[in-house]
Amino acid sequence: MNMKLKGRVWVIEREGKLIDDIDTDMIYHNQYLHITDKKEMAKYAFSNLEGWKDFYEKAEEGDVIIAGENFGCGSSRQHAVDCFLAIGIKAIIAKSFGAIYKRNAINSGMAVLECSSIDRAGLKNGDIIEINLLNGEIKKDSKTIAKAKPMSIVQTNIYKAGGLFSYAKSI
Amino acid sequence: MSSVIEKIFQMHTREKVEVGNTIWIDIDLRTARDFAGAKVVENLIENYEGNYVDDAKKTFFTFDCNAPANTIGYANNQQICREFARKNKIKVFDVNRGIGSHVVIEEGLAYPGVTAVGTDSHFNILGAIGAFGQGMGDVDIAFVFKTGKTWFEVPPTVKVNFIGIPDGKWSAKDLALLCVKELKNKVLGKSIEFYGDILEKLSMAGRITLSSMVTEMGGIVGFIPPNKEIISFCEKRSGKKIEPVYADKDADYEKEIDIDVSNLEPLIALPGNPANVKRVSELPYTEINSVFIGSCTNGRTEDIFSVSKIIKGRKISENVMMKIVPATREVWQELLEKGVIKELFSAGAIISHAGCGGCASGQIGMTGEGEVQVSTSNRNFKGKQGAGDTYLASPETAAVSGLLGYIGGIDEYEVEG
Ligand code: SF4
Repeated sequence: MNMKLKGRVWVIEREGKLIDDIDTDMIYHNQYLHITDKKEMAKYAFSNLEGWKDFYEKAEEGDVIIAGENFGCGSSRQHAVDCFLAIGIKAIIAKSFGAIYKRNAINSGMAVLECSSIDRAGLKNGDIIEINLLNGEIKKDSKTIAKAKPMSIVQTNIYKAGGLFSYAKSI
Repeated sequence: MSSVIEKIFQMHTREKVEVGNTIWIDIDLRTARDFAGAKVVENLIENYEGNYVDDAKKTFFTFDCNAPANTIGYANNQQICREFARKNKIKVFDVNRGIGSHVVIEEGLAYPGVTAVGTDSHFNILGAIGAFGQGMGDVDIAFVFKTGKTWFEVPPTVKVNFIGIPDGKWSAKDLALLCVKELKNKVLGKSIEFYGDILEKLSMAGRITLSSMVTEMGGIVGFIPPNKEIISFCEKRSGKKIEPVYADKDADYEKEIDIDVSNLEPLIALPGNPANVKRVSELPYTEINSVFIGSCTNGRTEDIFSVSKIIKGRKISENVMMKIVPATREVWQELLEKGVIKELFSAGAIISHAGCGGCASGQIGMTGEGEVQVSTSNRNFKGKQGAGDTYLASPETAAVSGLLGYIGGIDEYEVEG
């Protein structure tokens, strides 16, 4: 698994400010919990988040999500990660995560980085960034614009294996 | 020296427990509920061959979200779990038993010092009895079913000291709401330990109320040091001699937060955000349509008993539908035997069988657009309990509001002893 990623960003903001406390119902509403086909889940990513309901139409494989504090707080539903994986979202960078959400994401092989200064990195929708998962460095136009907390060794190993189940087979 | 979570972790791992380290810990109690249980089963079958559970005696299904199922989706999920359980000799606490996180306490499966996980984001309720509980997604839980272990980043601990003892009318829910308001964003991803004289006033039900809302505070788990009552309850239920885990006197806390509770009074969270907490007494006149009493936060015998003390011999406002859902079958039985069910029924309440119903999209219905509800549950995000507006309050405030037809304080009613 490549520890350096490059992708186009979606800055999940409202009125110029990263939205904090985006909960799992805003990411993936409970009315779609019965869906088991992952491809189908993609359609409902952020479909209950004011201003971002058309995310599925805009986002593309390889994109990166930039979010505020406490991203993914709320319930333990895996769908809230799966819907992004189904689109092909490569990484989520947030100021902080809901604890369960962060676990779910890592276990599913999504790259997640905590970066308290990401709101000051001057990112706009469509910017291309490079992320180094090993040291947490985030670059734009080859310049370092923010430094995230690197993932721990266990988390990195799970990510590298492509998720918890594949990791389990490797130990 | 070590905080409660560090000690419990250290008892369950060979690695060195240090804040910030990611370690593997052994999980004593592994559960899945009807909500994500079918996904857990699917993950296991997809990823492992034949040998799915590390230890069937430590593994359980608890059906509580939608019990009995009122959608085909849930009914299917429950059936998938039942069949898997039968083949793998796993016990199911089925749709008649109640909310899983409470059932494991009643059954003596969770007790001070154990580690437990479930597909329920309020599984950290177990902090109420000094145990480590954690809600996780279906991938995590499948892995724990299979291996008996999980990884955890050791979180820092915040010590919360309650100062003073209030003398007016207050309940554990008011304390919990105050904590959500005061601690929101200060304990994100952290373990909490609660201390203070006020805790001695809290029975097990009250402790469950406080710990259940640690999720809304943003914390990982909130530990309340077990007192004699808790220890003897857990000993009786588990049949084990219990050595509770307490923090070292000189434990390393990341910070200490003092919360003055000497003027605690009835509080209420406004629709949409559990942290938007106001005093009931400062709320403008607000008419309501429904009241929901129950959930893992306020569905215990004591909670429903205090409702009955207020409404018995009176009539619920004819504009209000009052829905009452005991947390577990055991609670139901106690209420039945004490004659409480009759009082509630005569006052006009609807009483459903045990479970989450009313909190999740369960068996006792949801709110419609424009409907205003007072709920004793723990979350009022838009959509969680229906399309209406949900206020969060104590059972007492909910009961009084049900009588009045608008949100009102306990002071408006005389309550006998
Ligand atoms: S009562 Fe509500 S919050 Fe508690 S476990 Fe059930 S659905 Fe979750």
